[in-house]
Amino acid sequence: MKLDAKIPEGPLAEKWEKHKFNVKLVNPANKRKYDVIVVGTGLAGASAAASLAELGYNVKAFSFHDSPRRAHSIAAQGGINAAKNYQNDGDSVFRLFYDTIKGGDYRAREANVYRLAQVSVNIIDQCVAQGVPFAREYGGLLANRSFGGAQVSRTFYARGQTGQQLLLGAYSALMRQIAYGKVKMYNRTEMLDLVVVDGQARGIITRNLITGEIQQHAAHAVVLATGGYGNVFYLSTNAKYSNATAAWRAHKKGALFANPCFTQIHPTCIPVSGDYQSKLTLMSESLRNDGRVWVPKTVEMAERLRKGEIRVSDIKEEDRDYFLERKYPAFGNLVPRDVASRNAKMMCDEGRGVGASGLAVFLDFSEIIQRIGVEGVSQKYGNLFAMYEKITDENPYEMPMRIYPAVHYTMGGLWVDYNLQTNVPGLYATGECNFSDHGANRLGASALMQGLADGYFVIPYTIGDYLANTPPKPVTTEHPAFQEAEAQVRERLQRFMGINGTRTPDEFHKALGHIMWEYCGMARNAEGLQHAKQAIQQLRKEFWSDLKVTGLNEELNQTLEKAGRVADFLELGELMVDDAYNRNESCGGHFREEYQTPEGEALRDDENYAYVAAWQYQGDNVPEVLHKEELTFENVKLTQRSYK
Amino acid sequence: MAGSNPNAKPMDLTLKVWRQRNRTADGQLVDYQVKNISPDMSFLEMLDVLNEDLLHKGEDPVAFDHDCREGICGSCNLYINGRAHGPEPGTTTCQLHMRKFKDGDTIVVEPWRAAAFPVNRDLSVDRSAFDRIIQAGGYVSVNTGGVPDANEIPVPKSIADRAFDAATCIGCGACVASCKNASAMLFVSAKVSQLALLPQGQVERKTRVENMVAQMDKEGFGACTNIGSCAAECPVGISLENIAILNREFLAAKATSNNLA
Repeated sequence: MKLDAKIPEGPLAEKWEKHKFNVKLVNPANKRKYDVIVVGTGLAGASAAASLAELGYNVKAFSFHDSPRRAHSIAAQGGINAAKNYQNDGDSVFRLFYDTIKGGDYRAREANVYRLAQVSVNIIDQCVAQGVPFAREYGGLLANRSFGGAQVSRTFYARGQTGQQLLLGAYSALMRQIAYGKVKMYNRTEMLDLVVVDGQARGIITRNLITGEIQQHAAHAVVLATGGYGNVFYLSTNAKYSNATAAWRAHKKGALFANPCFTQIHPTCIPVSGDYQSKLTLMSESLRNDGRVWVPKTVEMAERLRKGEIRVSDIKEEDRDYFLERKYPAFGNLVPRDVASRNAKMMCDEGRGVGASGLAVFLDFSEIIQRIGVEGVSQKYGNLFAMYEKITDENPYEMPMRIYPAVHYTMGGLWVDYNLQTNVPGLYATGECNFSDHGANRLGASALMQGLADGYFVIPYTIGDYLANTPPKPVTTEHPAFQEAEAQVRERLQRFMGINGTRTPDEFHKALGHIMWEYCGMARNAEGLQHAKQAIQQLRKEFWSDLKVTGLNEELNQTLEKAGRVADFLELGELMVDDAYNRNESCGGHFREEYQTPEGEALRDDENYAYVAAWQYQGDNVPEVLHKEELTFENVKLTQRSYK
Repeated sequence: MAGSNPNAKPMDLTLKVWRQRNRTADGQLVDYQVKNISPDMSFLEMLDVLNEDLLHKGEDPVAFDHDCREGICGSCNLYINGRAHGPEPGTTTCQLHMRKFKDGDTIVVEPWRAAAFPVNRDLSVDRSAFDRIIQAGGYVSVNTGGVPDANEIPVPKSIADRAFDAATCIGCGACVASCKNASAMLFVSAKVSQLALLPQGQVERKTRVENMVAQMDKEGFGACTNIGSCAAECPVGISLENIAILNREFLAAKATSNNLA
């Protein structure tokens, strides 16, 4: 299979404009003859569904939540980047493009990233017009802050609830189209398979989560906006329902899965407190603007602190190691996420971690509290401090926060070309569900940007190009491929119900998460990955012989839902391990211990690994086939990332 | 490791949980014992323990809604000991921690109770009425593209901040559950005020409030009698002032517009 990214010819800055002119248009009167399915209604899905409906297409939108407003986009705290240069501090489309490519450690496509930076400015205009209450200055204009490794202030925000406000904006646009009858919304409905007819995506099979009813839905095109797969690790900052099932089912129907091992470990999360822990909570990266990260200078002092023999306040200033400021004087506490996470792990591995388990570092606000007072800090970070206190029962105004890295985002995802179309014609993937824009590491405040860029400003153009080449004839579920897919879905549900073993879906999920975190987490090596592969295969065998699910299919059955998602994670986890094993280099969030500089930084191998690894499914328990999309860089020079 | 009180002992608790097979079945409170509950657990993690236990015994776990477990998605909705989201003010169920309870406590766990929120199963309810109210007008009618530059719509900071305070509603429905009339006024007023305050919302200001209130009534929510338990129990602090704004907006719209019969 030859992967064609379909990147338009011409200079970088003109590609998207040219492409928009070159794509075919669907006659306005014909648009209503096309049906489009959008699965997932977070930022990427709701924006796509609303925009496509506004254009005149008939949209069917699907969410497993009780309302699109619950999608996990809502939990994004810090902000959204845009190259507005409102602050006159030297930002530009090219700088946002450059920062994103560099931050992604040169494993993303130039053309896609440049387009992302271009349309970023339109997103802010769109959201403001919808009534999204961004932070403002006293003069009434929009406020910005610098965020996560950027040296310009290009991040727009709404206190610590930017994701919520942007999602409610996209949600309101979606609700408006539902009211107009242009979008038919299916809440509490989960996609369980993709239907491919004559090589083209033609529909999906769903399960109604309240009644268990299995349904077939046909359309001219299918857009997956189903988010990331961070919950492979069981513990992550993802919401509990976030899962990979829709994307994984599409993968098994032929869609390539790209760079699955590229996962982002976020440096500032509240540490694990016990075995019962069900998820991890992120403390926004914006806290690193003013919080200083440190651990005790000596192992001995850290030990005494952990045992409770001394208190934080007993550690003098000169005995504190502000390790990020020390190692990276230029960026200090604002180094990219992968660098910050890895360094926190290194400190804890050295024995200088804090908290009872030793798996935490301090994030200290005493300096800014002295500078601008408790009131000032509360205005900036009040809701985050309150959330921290609720969870830990500790007051961060009085003592430093304890933080530790946690799985947060997955850069990998379904392979898409420049049009966001997968290799299966008619199947598109947007937002975190695709792999396209963040390379091996995503910059802070760029996930919201990408989700909305894809949904509002890319898909509405590119999907038209495909539909214009598709006859505007009604599509139905008459084809045998629908019956076949439904039969497979039913058979699988029956299998879950019929095993009648002893272990719950959560127990298998936790066991998988443990393997993934231990061997395919912040640091990986060949030996560990080989071990992990065997362990996952073994666990999968046990799953299919010892799973316990109670109740019926024909009712609200949350255990059955979980079983299906865990079954898919058990397959995806193995592919992530394979991908990490194949990539004999370190880049971004993928850190192979064998490949590091003498200073312990990620060591890329551009000669051999400057490619997108796109995997093709071959059948159950058969190794997947690797396809390579070579990445060419014409506008940036590949350098060793340095934040020193 | 977390928690200022590492010596806090694990707790044994009695739960009285509402069990109801489906929308039409009869329901009842069922007693369960949970043991060894860490004070650092969240309330939902305590229910996870119960559910794993039930599953091992071959019984159906308790269905409940939850997702982000960070207090922002608005999914979780438990009525705990007679209070929406339990005893701690300004807190969603998922952010309520077991350190707020004592060893030996009996805890009653019910779903939201309101005619407009039918029970799906056990503790899970159907809140799609909220979506339909937003569909009636809780938006600014702008299509994608063709909008002015963001800074061409300046908004005074004080107005933007007040609009944000209203926009922060998570749509959980605690206001409805806390209200003796099961009124949705706080929810509706939060969206109406956000958009009435902002310049972007002016064009549709009158029709919006009329249509949203009409839909609210149609869904079977009760009337507001100014008790204020909605604002007192709101986990994100939506102010009662919004209801005053809603009443004013509604009156002004009805007095001056011919938009609705």
